[in-house]
Amino acid sequence: MRHLMSPLDFSVEELDTLLDLAQDIEAHPEKYAHACEGKKLATLFYEPSTRTRLSHEAAMLNLGGSVMGFASSDSSSASKGESVADTIRVISCYADICAMRHPKEGAPMVACQHSTIPVINAGDGGHQHPTQTLTDLLTIRNLKGRLCNMTIGLCGDLKFGRTVHSLINALVRYEGIRFILISPEELRLPEYIRHDVLDRNNIPYEEVVRLEDALPQLDILYMTRVQKERFFNEEDYVRMKDFYILDKAKMKLAPEDMYVLHPLPRVNEISVEVDDDPRAAYFRQAQYGVYVRMALILTLLDIHVD
Amino acid sequence: MVKNTLNVGSISEGFVLDHIEAGRSMDIYKYLHLDKLDCCVAIIKNAKSSKMGKKDIIKIECPIDFMDLDILGFIDHNITVNIIENEKIVEKKQLRLPKEIKNVIRCKNPRCITSIEQGLDHVFVLTDEENQIYRCKYCEEKYRRRR
Repeated sequence: MRHLMSPLDFSVEELDTLLDLAQDIEAHPEKYAHACEGKKLATLFYEPSTRTRLSHEAAMLNLGGSVMGFASSDSSSASKGESVADTIRVISCYADICAMRHPKEGAPMVACQHSTIPVINAGDGGHQHPTQTLTDLLTIRNLKGRLCNMTIGLCGDLKFGRTVHSLINALVRYEGIRFILISPEELRLPEYIRHDVLDRNNIPYEEVVRLEDALPQLDILYMTRVQKERFFNEEDYVRMKDFYILDKAKMKLAPEDMYVLHPLPRVNEISVEVDDDPRAAYFRQAQYGVYVRMALILTLLDIHVD
Repeated sequence: MVKNTLNVGSISEGFVLDHIEAGRSMDIYKYLHLDKLDCCVAIIKNAKSSKMGKKDIIKIECPIDFMDLDILGFIDHNITVNIIENEKIVEKKQLRLPKEIKNVIRCKNPRCITSIEQGLDHVFVLTDEENQIYRCKYCEEKYRRRR
């Protein structure tokens, strides 16, 4: 039985197979409409999330399965003090697969140690968010036609942004990847990722503060939100939240074939005036998120559709 | 009577942990859970050492298959472990960094699941042998040594 804890749980070859499956689902959704009939997905969300939870649920419903779960720790037994280990033992009796989001880092790892059903890490604190990474990879591959030989700009909260950490880990396995890390000093990429992932794999990168300096060089611009819930101090959050705002004027500096991605929700970091730009790909990205989660559910449940 | 001399007798079976950095013997006493052992343990602090100036030594009288000393490699791989049988040194054990450490150090990351989950082992994994870096198995927080 397999779980998904980190994007690195899949080899590059397995990832290719998964992304191929997602593309086939996109092209032929009717083929997969009954693939999970009789199967149940439990969504165990200990902190609020709209799109990740609904995206998992939409994926299972599209496959003909059913869904159950809770959307906050207040409405689960966690509020009564139940451990993650006990919760997953019980949920294993009810469902065939589960997706867990938890504010504490490593909670899904605890779950998979006690689970008898596949566990999908749907985000654990500031640590990992592998299904977002799968979404990002599918989006980049579909838009650019490749996952290699690219300059990727990562902009915003690179310190607490788990989507950024997961995406870097996944992309360093491809040839010719170069990063431009765009962040204020206080929200720089953590040392352990710069050292252990980028330096160790000899991945070229530069760190800049001004988004305008990076834009002309990029194939992909990955914007992130400064997340209030990751700050212990309200003052720091207020100071950082509007540090970057991508607008029409800045988009003029970007190449014609550069795409803008964002894991959503966005707040102010992308002006709504950018939404009509053909390079704004963040809503298409959300759609790809459903296809890739469908492919993931099928893969983890070992269901094959001819 | 000879002044400033302290004699601790030899042991017939067990371990002599030599070349412990002066002052760290009680840490090792704690890590090895020696307080829970029902056997003779001698701790010698600040013994003279030509190599180190001062050092600590721990003698433990117990069956040699009684103890797992792998954790010593994590604490200080310069410690010499002498294995004693019939009052003689039969082996000098080479210390290596253990691949995994369980319930010896605690994860300090307040966002880690180990901070709230009851009964969960604190597990650290050796992720970089060359630089002696351990990370929490759950949140990947790096363990920072005191020294």
